[in-house]
Amino acid sequence: MQGAAPAHRNPLAPAPGARRRRLINRAMEGVATVAAALAVAVLLLVVISVLIKGLPAINLDFLTKNPAPFGQRGGGIANSIVGSAILIGLASAMSVPVAVLIAIFTSEFAGRRTAGAIRFALDILNGVPTIVTGVFVFGLIVYGARQSGWAGGIALAVIELPIVARSAQEVLELVPRSLREAGLALGLRRWRVVLRIVLPTAAGGLITGAVLGVARVAGETAPLLFTSSIFSNFGLTTNPAQAMPNIPVTIFGLSESPSPSDHAAAWAAALVLIAFVLLLSIVARSFHERSRSRLRG
Amino acid sequence: MSGPTSSALPRRSELLNYRPRLADRIGEPGLRALSALAGVLAVALILWIAETVFNDAGPAITKYGLGFIGRQVWNPDANGGVGSFGALDFIYGTLVSSLIAMVIATPLAVAIALYLTELAPRVVRRPVAILVELLAAIPSVILGLWGILVLGPFLGNRLEPFLHRILGWIPLFGGIPSPYGMLTAALVLTIMALPIITAVAREVFASTPAELKEGAWALGATRWEMVRMVVLPAGRAGVVGAVILGLGRALGEAIAVTQVIGNTPQIQASLFAPAGTLAAQIASEYQSANPGLGQASLIFLAAILLVISLLVNVIARLYVRRVSVR
Repeated sequence: MQGAAPAHRNPLAPAPGARRRRLINRAMEGVATVAAALAVAVLLLVVISVLIKGLPAINLDFLTKNPAPFGQRGGGIANSIVGSAILIGLASAMSVPVAVLIAIFTSEFAGRRTAGAIRFALDILNGVPTIVTGVFVFGLIVYGARQSGWAGGIALAVIELPIVARSAQEVLELVPRSLREAGLALGLRRWRVVLRIVLPTAAGGLITGAVLGVARVAGETAPLLFTSSIFSNFGLTTNPAQAMPNIPVTIFGLSESPSPSDHAAAWAAALVLIAFVLLLSIVARSFHERSRSRLRG
Repeated sequence: MSGPTSSALPRRSELLNYRPRLADRIGEPGLRALSALAGVLAVALILWIAETVFNDAGPAITKYGLGFIGRQVWNPDANGGVGSFGALDFIYGTLVSSLIAMVIATPLAVAIALYLTELAPRVVRRPVAILVELLAAIPSVILGLWGILVLGPFLGNRLEPFLHRILGWIPLFGGIPSPYGMLTAALVLTIMALPIITAVAREVFASTPAELKEGAWALGATRWEMVRMVVLPAGRAGVVGAVILGLGRALGEAIAVTQVIGNTPQIQASLFAPAGTLAAQIASEYQSANPGLGQASLIFLAAILLVISLLVNVIARLYVRRVSVR
């Protein structure tokens, strides 16, 4: 091959077509960069829209007062903030302990096949549309009775469970085998190894997983439509036996209204929600990396 | 002389009589059983959801059977208030809106994933990856609000008239521009699916064997040639899995879609026309569905949606798992 090259060609010169190949390479690099910039731009566009349109309507009254009676101006979303907090609290209280137990089972007790099957089931559960989860809890609890904070909390718990369980599994599997073996070699029982060694070591990772789960369900609307959206009273409710007003359903209701003042309130409520969710996500994510790299050593 | 040793070690009789402490006798099997129960719950929950949903759809299932899927009617007032229902319009709307979203999101996500794994300078790599992932954290109701008040009007007043003018001879762009319809819903779904596909594709590309890439570099390939000949072929199966995962997300989205799609059960060639999806229909009628056939039909829609998304998710997980095992 080399001998066949024409004698007059400089052997160190670029191969024929190099220019074209370089241009194509440049173009493709440009396409990839633009795509990444586009995705970031969309995020900023949404966040900035919410900021610009929501900020003017945010004030102390908006955060601390209940909605004004129909037809009157003013009022706020205090009842929705309290309702959301209670719903999320109920959901987390139900789902996080179960999720950690599932993770303990798959990483400490179950065989490989069983653990794989449960992991698969959790992934599938995570893929169930949240509106279907709402219909499920509706059929289970609400149908024949009425909507309630309990029903809403259970619906959110079903959604939070697989998220927290999957992240807990990953964290527990990062706990070094040698730590467990050291405990067992000292004569500790398995359950003591789990409670005294594995869980404390993984605590940081478990908490970030739970926080990510909270961030995810805080914005869920679909499951609450069927379980906690029709209110008998629009005031402050702290009793989960009643349907509880909450931020996502409030935004949904206001967004469907034709009135511009409702839209302004919807943007402001959206700002409260997005600030909460993004803050949790960012905090959890930065802790996530740290606790993992520490476990990996 | 053996005194100290024998006192430090338990005597043989003690070993034979050894019984674990009470706490251990309860705690050991206790934790084992409790955690196993939680594991069983995870599996049982899926079956429980399916059982409940199909059970509550009962009246509609006995009335229409599988023919429900092919019926193109949704009229709660027909037959003297009993109503006449079918799922075809919504199945069509669900599949088309999600497919359009995938067609737009897939190349974008692959490009972003390639940028993040092969191209981005070290300093911007992590921040950009985090920002793309945060896109997935935006609650769907807020994306829907943005769709109603920002994206929809922009599409209806600017982009769609423009598309209509130059491409109006294609039926897809033939209808009357409107802020709420198939295109708006598909774009909102694109935004939701994009971060999911990107995240999986990024992991897939990052796991390309280094020696294959180095081989391409050593042969004098440009970066794009290396990607085209090594990274993309090695990651193809993983990207397919990622797209199916994103599809699963798009198919099941109820709130944002119900906010922007117009909730009109119809099959139209035009992308500008309002339509309806399974999930969006359920969300939009949650209050008004009358108990009886109307409600059962609505839950039948939920059952169909559940089956579709279970299928899609099982396929995606098996795909992704097979790839990661390899």
